[in-house]
Amino acid sequence: MAKGSGLPFKRKCIQLAAALIYNANIKGFQDATIYQGKLKGMCVPGLNCYSCPGASFSCPLGTLQNALSSIRYRIPMYIFGIIILFGLLFGRIICGFLCPFGLLQELLHKIPVPKIKKSRATRWLSCLKYIILVVFVLYIPLYIGISKGMPVPAFCKYICPAGTLEGGLPLVAGNKSLQALIGGLFSWKVFLLILIVFSAIVLYRSFCRFLCPLGAIYALFSKISIMGIKVDEGRCTGCNACVRHCKMDIKKVGDRECIQCGECREVCPTDAICFKKFKEKEEKCNEEA
Amino acid sequence: MDKPHKKLTWLRIGLGALGAALLLGGLYNGEYAVTLNKAIRVCLECIGIG
Repeated sequence: MAKGSGLPFKRKCIQLAAALIYNANIKGFQDATIYQGKLKGMCVPGLNCYSCPGASFSCPLGTLQNALSSIRYRIPMYIFGIIILFGLLFGRIICGFLCPFGLLQELLHKIPVPKIKKSRATRWLSCLKYIILVVFVLYIPLYIGISKGMPVPAFCKYICPAGTLEGGLPLVAGNKSLQALIGGLFSWKVFLLILIVFSAIVLYRSFCRFLCPLGAIYALFSKISIMGIKVDEGRCTGCNACVRHCKMDIKKVGDRECIQCGECREVCPTDAICFKKFKEKEEKCNEEA
Repeated sequence: MDKPHKKLTWLRIGLGALGAALLLGGLYNGEYAVTLNKAIRVCLECIGIG
């Protein structure tokens, strides 16, 4: 039975463990410097700014934008390979289990204030992240990279709240020379961060749902990822309890908006929802799943 | 194995092979060092200064 499986607690533990592993360089927070070891050449699956003093690995989104910016000199294969492999193996399970910024938003949403529920408007807004992916992550870095040969990670520069929170604020707070450099762009990013923090309190995972281009990339793998959630059509009665329970803008479990958290398993009356197993041939859920 | 499952399996194998080939090609091309070189410096754009 899925009910009472303790999955929400286990998921929080995994999210916390991922956040700690991504940001294991605790010393960096003390002296406002960043980790410079060899591990930094590797990417983590979730959104985690590599300019965070704690970051021990690279951010896939930052790496992708920088690689696209230098396409004039080198065809980016490494980061495309990493993203394809992460997407194929995990899909949006990364959003549900392995993203520190997702965890932060979930914790913010626990603050007891009136909440805004999902609606047709939020469903429409969830398309915005695909536009951000195309414009800020792909088009601007590629265009400026090819035409001027300059690296412009546009999403990081103008939008990414994880960069402001994890990198900007701790580094600027502890570094006088950086404090002298802050200007309008920093104010814009802090304003956007505050907006996203407040929106996450009233709207569940608002950044993930409406703005995150990394989620948009992994959404492309939702149907084909090896790990993830699935529905046993033989058992499903179509009662839609799962869709009503879910706070994301899903139309059905496992679609591109589903972060594969599995919390809908708790409300399914027929236990028709389970996690995919690595080597399986049928779309059925076992009794113990 | 039914037909849609077979198709999905082949798609996964194909994408997995493509991903692995790109990753290895990138490593061979020295992109690990390029990524590392960028990541060990404070990205001023990322923190809202550049």
